[in-house]
Amino acid sequence: MRSRGWLRSGAWAVAAFVLLVALWELAKLVLPADGVTVGGTRVLPRTDDAAMPHVWTVLARLGAPEVAGAADPRSVGAAIASGALFTLGLALGGLVLGGIAGVLLALLMQRFAVAEKAVLPYVIASQTVPLIAIAPLVVGWGGKIAIAGWAWEPWASVMVISSYLAFFPISVGMLRGLTSPRKADVEMFRSLAAGWWTTLLRLRLPASVPHVVPAVRLAAAAAVVGAIVAEISTGTRGGIGRLIIEYAQSATGDPSQMYAAILGAAVLGLVAAGAVGLLELGLRRYRGSVA
Amino acid sequence: MSTEATAETNGTHGTQAVELQGVDKSFGSVRALSGVDLTVGAGEFVSLIGPSGCGKSTLLRVVADLEEPTTGTVAVTGLTARQARLAQRYGIAFQQAGLLDWRTVAENVELPLQVHGVGKAERRRRAVELLELVGLAEFAGSRPAELSGGMQQRVAIARALAPSPRLLLMDEPFGALDEMTRERMQAELLRIAGETGAAVLFVTHSIPEAVVLSDRVVVMSPRPGRITEIVSGRRPPVAGDDLVPDAVEDVRETGAFFEAVTAVREALRKGAATEGHAG
Repeated sequence: MRSRGWLRSGAWAVAAFVLLVALWELAKLVLPADGVTVGGTRVLPRTDDAAMPHVWTVLARLGAPEVAGAADPRSVGAAIASGALFTLGLALGGLVLGGIAGVLLALLMQRFAVAEKAVLPYVIASQTVPLIAIAPLVVGWGGKIAIAGWAWEPWASVMVISSYLAFFPISVGMLRGLTSPRKADVEMFRSLAAGWWTTLLRLRLPASVPHVVPAVRLAAAAAVVGAIVAEISTGTRGGIGRLIIEYAQSATGDPSQMYAAILGAAVLGLVAAGAVGLLELGLRRYRGSVA
Repeated sequence: MSTEATAETNGTHGTQAVELQGVDKSFGSVRALSGVDLTVGAGEFVSLIGPSGCGKSTLLRVVADLEEPTTGTVAVTGLTARQARLAQRYGIAFQQAGLLDWRTVAENVELPLQVHGVGKAERRRRAVELLELVGLAEFAGSRPAELSGGMQQRVAIARALAPSPRLLLMDEPFGALDEMTRERMQAELLRIAGETGAAVLFVTHSIPEAVVLSDRVVVMSPRPGRITEIVSGRRPPVAGDDLVPDAVEDVRETGAFFEAVTAVREALRKGAATEGHAG
């Protein structure tokens, strides 16, 4: 029953992808190559092969070597896959770091009403600071850190920046979840002489699951975006963020390569979201009416 | 009118279940309770009845140590209210069953024991025993959401009974149930109270419910909340451990039952009248 539901939502996702591809190709077929211009303003983009390469061209590009005639005949697909894997690792690290920070902040805010009043505005303000402004700061601070002989590596900056985006939905969702039990339930625990810790473990944490799972899904997507943007703004090599920039620079001559990298980034986001789906499956006992 | 009905006769424990002396409770400038003296004997069934805002729920919450009285003394099974709460001397059930929906029925019943560090095997044994007592043994592994409102309330009662309390505090536990279920639950509760020998302090809006369940019905009136009268209830006698199944039905048809209902109704009306004069 349940697995059939998963199968069906998977089928819908595939159908949506096929539809998107069909629309893309339809646009190329129907619309003029020069786009649609109304009174000197272009309202629809160019559809020639340089602006919108054919889907099969993009897919074929995945198999072609990254640098024509190079000694190392790595294909574009392999480059994107290894970059995506590298970025996924950093995003997962960022998600874990951000998750820990978010949960701790939420616990602090739930435990002490003063903390909620003092901290919550800053938690919200933190997200209005542009990521590209923070990136050089983190790199700058990181460069001065060496923990027990381990020097700060650029990828560590990426992970920290990624966690900066990921902690926010988790702290807000967790706080909501921790404060979600009804007053009567909290009083029941009080009447049982349960302390804060027992109430947390047996009531607040289980009750917060329906709020936290969607928050983690948001955080996972944010961590991936954060990792990609951080790679670009810190100039970290090895990830898909760097690939997108490199391929974009040669996009006028070879647009399909850039689209291939973007496709890779999208798949990366889906994998991260899928991982959260597994988490949800593991916690389904606690899914309440909210989930 | 009331004294002969105090349940000293059932009292095997000696100490009173509840002893309140001169209890006042104010929320800001609102006096929720004023000068309340009340004793609930061991094994006695006492109902609190009165219009909304008469402080009957507040009184229950003071006994449960969920509110602190402004003045006055509270003793629960011979301890202070706080000590009694920490020692799990009472079990409590609210109008909403308040079961945790991620736990099975048995796990919900086990909760008070789990909180107090009772081992898993012992907990499960006790939960099975209690679910048998409330007639839900075959639902031990079910989720609360799969149960009807009446069944959920029975689980809540089983949970309240888990630490074998000498006192059961109930705040309109049957208020959300339909009339038929409600009457069945009343009989059930009387049987359970008889079997466990626990005293019960029971808040209700329903006059017939208060009369049929209670040894004594405590009538309260609002602004400030106080006890205006205590009327003898018509709790059916328990023969040994068995409540004759139809005993509750029978009581509802006796003249004594209607007399008591009338007495409570008049007491309530009188309380409302004095309030009119005062206000």
